[in-house]
Amino acid sequence: MEHKWDGDLVELNNPLPNWWVKLFWITLVFSAVYLVLYPGLGSFKGVLGWTSWGQYDQEVSDAKAKYDPVFDKFMGQPVEQLAASGEAHDMGQRLFLTYCAQCHGSDAHGARGFPNLTDKDWLYGGDGETIQASISNGRSGMMPPMGAAVGGEQGTKEVANYVLSLSGSPHDAQLAATGKEKFVACAACHGEDGKGNQMMGAPNLTDNTWLYGGSEATIIETITKGRNGHMPAQLQALGEAKVHILAAYVYGLGGGTPKQAEPEAAAPAMEEAPATPMAQ
Amino acid sequence: MAFSHQTIEKNTGWLIILTILIVSVGGLVQIVPLYFQRYVTQPVEGLKPYSALELSGRDIYIREGCVGCHSQMVRPFRAETERYGHYSVAGEYVYDRPFLWGSKRTGPDLIRMAGRYSDDWHRAHLMNPRDVVPESNMPAYTWLADNKLDSSDIQAKMHTLKAMGHPYTDDEIANAPKDLEDKTEMDAVIAYLQSLGRSMK
Repeated sequence: MEHKWDGDLVELNNPLPNWWVKLFWITLVFSAVYLVLYPGLGSFKGVLGWTSWGQYDQEVSDAKAKYDPVFDKFMGQPVEQLAASGEAHDMGQRLFLTYCAQCHGSDAHGARGFPNLTDKDWLYGGDGETIQASISNGRSGMMPPMGAAVGGEQGTKEVANYVLSLSGSPHDAQLAATGKEKFVACAACHGEDGKGNQMMGAPNLTDNTWLYGGSEATIIETITKGRNGHMPAQLQALGEAKVHILAAYVYGLGGGTPKQAEPEAAAPAMEEAPATPMAQ
Repeated sequence: MAFSHQTIEKNTGWLIILTILIVSVGGLVQIVPLYFQRYVTQPVEGLKPYSALELSGRDIYIREGCVGCHSQMVRPFRAETERYGHYSVAGEYVYDRPFLWGSKRTGPDLIRMAGRYSDDWHRAHLMNPRDVVPESNMPAYTWLADNKLDSSDIQAKMHTLKAMGHPYTDDEIANAPKDLEDKTEMDAVIAYLQSLGRSMK
């Protein structure tokens, strides 16, 4: 075919620039090498045996070797003692802000339905071991709807007023007096004196600390509909070392209560027991 | 003259056929083998299709455009698994039609949401995210609590999904409208969030 038009218009066929052609050949060589080294051709695994999860596992184990000692070094100290350590406190605070603040607030004062961690009022107990268990395994607090059990609408109102009287809040004394008898239905969990039961996570009703609110209307709502409090378990996501540091941080927020004297008295006895065989 | 470049350029028919052939190779080589790989097509152990309530919540999640800001896939990097949990695998998404992997994280990834927060937390958070996360820029979704859940098409949805291989039993489909009775859209979204990634916990 003629490649000339109108006398002087011609189609040129310039060769590609040399650098471009070389680059093209280099990419071909590169892809061949790549397909030999890495997986890419069917089920061929590649000479290097590389996998994305293998690289991930390597990354994780490198990080474990580097960071685990930072957290693990506190494992030997009991929570109560660790709470006094400044370094653990700083680490605990950073962990708290990352993992706990969403519910308990950055100042740990909690919110409606999410317990305040800085006061001495504990649902399950404020000693180191219990705090650590709460963080590790989570908690499920369940109060069933009690409206029918305390005698319907009127009964609920009476019991609510009796509950208000327990903490010395303003209440209707007459209603409270009749409510007292109906409180029997509540005593199974909250105790006859309304002081709660930490074994079940039943709150103390005699202090003026309220998880859902302490107005008459809110208490009536609580009795009528029941409450479901749920704290998710953290052990699997965080690991024991971080939970330990967090427990110490929470203990040190001001609400931590040392374990009752009873188990402490038992501790020296246990220490003595293994000492005897060792001396022999 | 034998078959040359010029022949292709001068015959539109050949040009079209060969262009389609070359372009489709890229797609076919990458996509077709996946249809035959077990780790893509088999559900991970313990994976259950979404219940009626969760399925409704998922549709609301799509309607509200959650996928625009939240991804649903944890990549296998330590920086991600440290924050979210186990990395995602293909078999988790077998009952996701369509999948909601997303491509933008204005908010966090949600695929490991199951059990991370309590239902009450989700309720408070959806009503006003600032109440629980002060620095959050997520909008509030207050109307979810007011809107009653629409159950009119739930059985049709489940029938369709069953036809596509989701193992719903006849009982589950029959009871679906009852499961959605007296539920709000908020209940459905929370149930859906609490189901995300539960099989890989």
